[in-house]
Amino acid sequence: MFKPLALVAAVLTAFSVNAFAAKTELTVYTALEAEQLKSYKQAFEKANPDVEIKWVRDSTGIITAKLLAEKARPQADAVWGLAASSLAILDQQGMLQSYAPQDLAKIGPNYRDAANPPAWVGMDVWAATICFNTLEAEKQGLTKPVSWQDLTKPEYKGKIVMPNPASSGTGFLDVSAWLQTFGEKQGWAYMDALHQNIGQYVHSGSKPCKLAAAGEFPIGIPFEYPAVQLKRQGAPLDIILPKEGLGWEIEATAVIKGTPHEAAAKKLADFSASPAAMELYKENFAVLAQPGIAKPQTELPADYEQRLIKNDFAWASKNRDAILTEWRKRYDGKSEKVAQ
Amino acid sequence: MNSTNTATLTQPGVPMRVRNVSKRFGAFKALDNVSLEVAAGELVCLLGPSGCGKTTLLRCIAGLERQDDGHLYLGDRDVSELAPQARDYGILFQSYALFPNLTVEANIAYGLAGRNRDGARKRVVQMLELVGLTDSEKKFPGQLSGGQQQRVALARALAPAPSLLLLDEPMSALDARVREHLCTHLRQLQRSLGITTLMVTHNQDEAMLMADRIAVMNNGKVEQYATPQDIYDKPATPFVAEFVGQGNWLPFQRNSDSHAQVGGLSIRLAADAGRAASGRLFCRPEAISVNPVLHQENLFAARVREITFLGNRCRMRFELNQLPGHALTAEVGTHELPRLGAQDIFVALPPSSLQVFA
Amino acid sequence: MAAHMALPLTGKQSAQVPLGDRIFVLGGKLFLLLLLGVAVLMPLLAIFWRGFSAEGGQGGGWVAARELVTSDNFHWLVGNSLNVSLSVAAIVVPLAYLFAYALQRTLIPGKRIWRGLSLLPLMAPSMLPGIALVYLFGNQGVLRGLVADNIYGFWGIVLGEAIYTFPHALMILLSALSLADARLFDAASSMGASPFKAFRSITWPGTRQAVFAAFCLVFTLTITDFGVPVVVGGDYQVLALEAYKAVVGQQQFGRGALIGMVLLLPALFSFGVDAWLRRQHGDAMSGRAQVFKPLSSKGRDGCYLAIVLLICAALLLVFGMAVYSSLVKFWPYNLSLSLNHYQFSDTAGGGWLAYRNSVTMALCTALIGSAVIFTGAYLMEKTNGQKRLNLALRMLSFVPMAVPGLVLGLGYVFFFNLPGNPLHVFYGTMTLLVVCTIAHYLTTAHMTATTALRQLDSEFEAAALSLKAPLYRHYWRVTLPICLPALLDIVRYLFVSAMTTVSAAIFLYSPDTILAAVAVLNMDDAGNVGGAAAMSTLILFTSAGVSLLLAWASRGVLRRSQAWRQGAPAQ
Repeated sequence: MFKPLALVAAVLTAFSVNAFAAKTELTVYTALEAEQLKSYKQAFEKANPDVEIKWVRDSTGIITAKLLAEKARPQADAVWGLAASSLAILDQQGMLQSYAPQDLAKIGPNYRDAANPPAWVGMDVWAATICFNTLEAEKQGLTKPVSWQDLTKPEYKGKIVMPNPASSGTGFLDVSAWLQTFGEKQGWAYMDALHQNIGQYVHSGSKPCKLAAAGEFPIGIPFEYPAVQLKRQGAPLDIILPKEGLGWEIEATAVIKGTPHEAAAKKLADFSASPAAMELYKENFAVLAQPGIAKPQTELPADYEQRLIKNDFAWASKNRDAILTEWRKRYDGKSEKVAQ
Repeated sequence: MNSTNTATLTQPGVPMRVRNVSKRFGAFKALDNVSLEVAAGELVCLLGPSGCGKTTLLRCIAGLERQDDGHLYLGDRDVSELAPQARDYGILFQSYALFPNLTVEANIAYGLAGRNRDGARKRVVQMLELVGLTDSEKKFPGQLSGGQQQRVALARALAPAPSLLLLDEPMSALDARVREHLCTHLRQLQRSLGITTLMVTHNQDEAMLMADRIAVMNNGKVEQYATPQDIYDKPATPFVAEFVGQGNWLPFQRNSDSHAQVGGLSIRLAADAGRAASGRLFCRPEAISVNPVLHQENLFAARVREITFLGNRCRMRFELNQLPGHALTAEVGTHELPRLGAQDIFVALPPSSLQVFA
Repeated sequence: MAAHMALPLTGKQSAQVPLGDRIFVLGGKLFLLLLLGVAVLMPLLAIFWRGFSAEGGQGGGWVAARELVTSDNFHWLVGNSLNVSLSVAAIVVPLAYLFAYALQRTLIPGKRIWRGLSLLPLMAPSMLPGIALVYLFGNQGVLRGLVADNIYGFWGIVLGEAIYTFPHALMILLSALSLADARLFDAASSMGASPFKAFRSITWPGTRQAVFAAFCLVFTLTITDFGVPVVVGGDYQVLALEAYKAVVGQQQFGRGALIGMVLLLPALFSFGVDAWLRRQHGDAMSGRAQVFKPLSSKGRDGCYLAIVLLICAALLLVFGMAVYSSLVKFWPYNLSLSLNHYQFSDTAGGGWLAYRNSVTMALCTALIGSAVIFTGAYLMEKTNGQKRLNLALRMLSFVPMAVPGLVLGLGYVFFFNLPGNPLHVFYGTMTLLVVCTIAHYLTTAHMTATTALRQLDSEFEAAALSLKAPLYRHYWRVTLPICLPALLDIVRYLFVSAMTTVSAAIFLYSPDTILAAVAVLNMDDAGNVGGAAAMSTLILFTSAGVSLLLAWASRGVLRRSQAWRQGAPAQ
């Protein structure tokens, strides 16, 4: 009974698209910050006048959830600007169309899917940092931490906010980085200790820094983009890059399998990996997928890229469920169960 | 009231027939194979206690309920299956159901939507004249008295010139003083218009006062369908006898063709009293002669228990000496009281007034 | 279903019904059935289907259900949810009772002002009390010094939910306490009963069912709300938040559906018990009751005025704080006032687009919803054909009351995303948001409409039919004008509800159709608390403004129609 109706709907949709849009309308899902979208879209459409981008933007978790929810009937033609670990999950579900963009050769080997042709190709890198409110630190007599280990000191009890890895991409990035840096056993031991100092787990990667900036909690564990932005706005923050190294994540682009606008979607993938796009990315990010284009950001140290840990995305994606289950077992329900 | 040319105000009346109509609500039989004929221009009352089916029958005729079985005819049209809008009747509800947000004028014009503006306006004026409310046309129903509201509702029902008028307990929302006056008025109006009318009431006085014929209903059946006089004088069933007016009951055994045995009494019956071997005798209070001047049959000694003064009449409760413990009632004119004198009296039960129910 | 419903579509009778009325009555009912089927029934069924289908990685299915129900984490969540909900109900219901008693049974001055203030929480999304509490009792809160620990956690949720649910409980209790038979109190005082005894023997028995209903409502609202926990819950997690996180954060639709089903239980339970109680007791008040007029008593009125002032002061403090915080430049370091937070940058989850969408959505919901619901109630109440259809419609109209918005929203996600569902084209559209919001608030609006319609003379329609007037014309010319005040009530209720709702909408919006209340949640989630406060304030003022406007319009309607509304028949 549904079929004829679906057909009618499809015909109508197709008709309206053809009738009113001379250009190809490309539905692009993204988790990019909203203020970045305008310049990215302009640049792409200037280079590809026959394609028009229709953005669907939300946070990493929600966009990933949406893509998965629509697995049976993808609404997106392409993804531009989503965590590589999320794209890896989509790839495991067979939702991505492998494609080698024209400038693939220029992309650093760490910043693309290892398969050939790759399912996703990186754009830039975002990484975990610590936001430290200097005003509150003075008021409360807190010393400035310089390493992840420092955060377990008793003086920070109840003063640290970090994202919940179950709901935030940044939170998961933190946890997976600690497990990789410290080793699995020490990693969990570290989080057990850190857990004692956590004032709150929040659901977004930028909120910890905002809370730190407002002094609600003096220390936050966000990613570097909101930290840089808030510092530029004059918040009393120090951005600390812990000496053990930074967990990080690649922002990447992919083509959705089965899209009716495959050619246009591939144009987008081409553009995203091109030097022209890298020029756009460098305004916002210190580390880019194409080496040699990035310019140093004054709020971040010059050796920023060297501080990134060696990140095994395949491992992280594969073990995501197990890690989250373990994490939930240990720390969800903080106020009741004390971790051993 | 203006009754000069009222006959031109409606269509000539048409007969209405109900044929074997039945209606159930779950296990309850509201109408049990009811048949009824109303002649053109006649006013018929459906009379009965609550739950007897009279309102259900009216609602079936109005198309507001669907009969399970049977047919309804209006004139020569079979309207059994028609929607209310297609049946051509006007109805006056107990609550009048006047639309409170519309003026008297708009209420009356409500059923005239099909006509042109002038025609409708003329009709409204005619109707207002008919019910004598010419100066109230701009008022809202809430600003009128109960009697005026009833007249507006009647004008509204008659405005589209229906061939049948249905009245659903039209008087019960009014107080007793205006009731009788309005009954008479309504009756006059109906007669002058010549519109076939069916009225539901539980009040026998109203029915007696207004109806050409009364259908007494009970348990979903028509017990008797006759003129008010016949209903009163010759009730066809014990129910009708009991429901309409007052009466005396005497259980009897037949002891001969002409006599019935009631306790220690032998009572002579009229020749047409039937042959039932036992049952009850029924007698209206006013048919009993107290201390008759002339000799009468069935004369018995009795003792007065109580006299109730009713204005122009008196109700007298007494016991026959040979039937102690069984109180009977007689009615006599007040002017006769002095003549009756003492507690010990004689009463006559004329055979012609004794009705036999098996 | 439709197959064995005996619709007199082909009967001779319907052939005589004017076409317009056939379309109005039968068409209207079938349209409503379709709407309720799509908007209420199917989404609910989809939840069960989703919850018990064991698709990989979705956390659904029987095995997952067992795992979920037996896990410590789940027990902890259920315990938390119960703790919070019971605490909130235990706090709110007595306070609301006192407040309602003060308004209905005492002679305190300024009743209209207190009543208006008490309705404030209805005008804003549930996040607003939470946000205000953070500014009051958070680590940088102005009143932080007064409390031992920061607000995040159990007490934050309890306080926030108490504020959010207060007017809901109050409305039930106000209407229960408005019905009082003066004759009973006269009798009691003539027998020398003390006021306390009179309360125990007259007032309490007459209102305890409402108290139970209020308790259930507060409990259900609290256990299914995630707006407050998301803002001030800290690490004290509750079931509603878990369902939200499962779907939005973890992509585990099955798990979300399972928790949704769990959340359905208390609502179903209280709905069932309430219906049962209602049938047990029936209406205690007879039509002849005399209106109770309280006697003046300085001592009593003074006490109640103090209670009312205290509650209103608390509400004003909370809402004033929210408005104030939305104007502060950079809390807590720069307290100068500015409108910066209202210049929602494009970053902050929707900004002005969200606000415009919300107003559009609320307007559509209010106008379309009230038209559909009122007309539907009219057809159900006033036409006596299609008995089974009426019964089905009536039952479906009561379902949404027992379904929390969160659960309904999940149902929509599942149903409209079913493979092969042609209605999928509506997914993420304004249309679907409007439909979902109407469905969510259907029962209350339907009951308001039904109550108003039942007060009309039941013979109006019969009279109209006998006058050969089409029913739709009668509906338009007579029914609607008489019921206009009730209709405006429904419009206001739907508008305000649509402005403030997040529970269902959170799962259904797309970037183009993001709503203001969702933007509040997202901004708060992203740490933009000032923006969240600003958006909440906008919602608050819009809802309050429209409410006042409609109240004013309603009074105008009443005054204009006074001629026929007030005119009592002079016998």
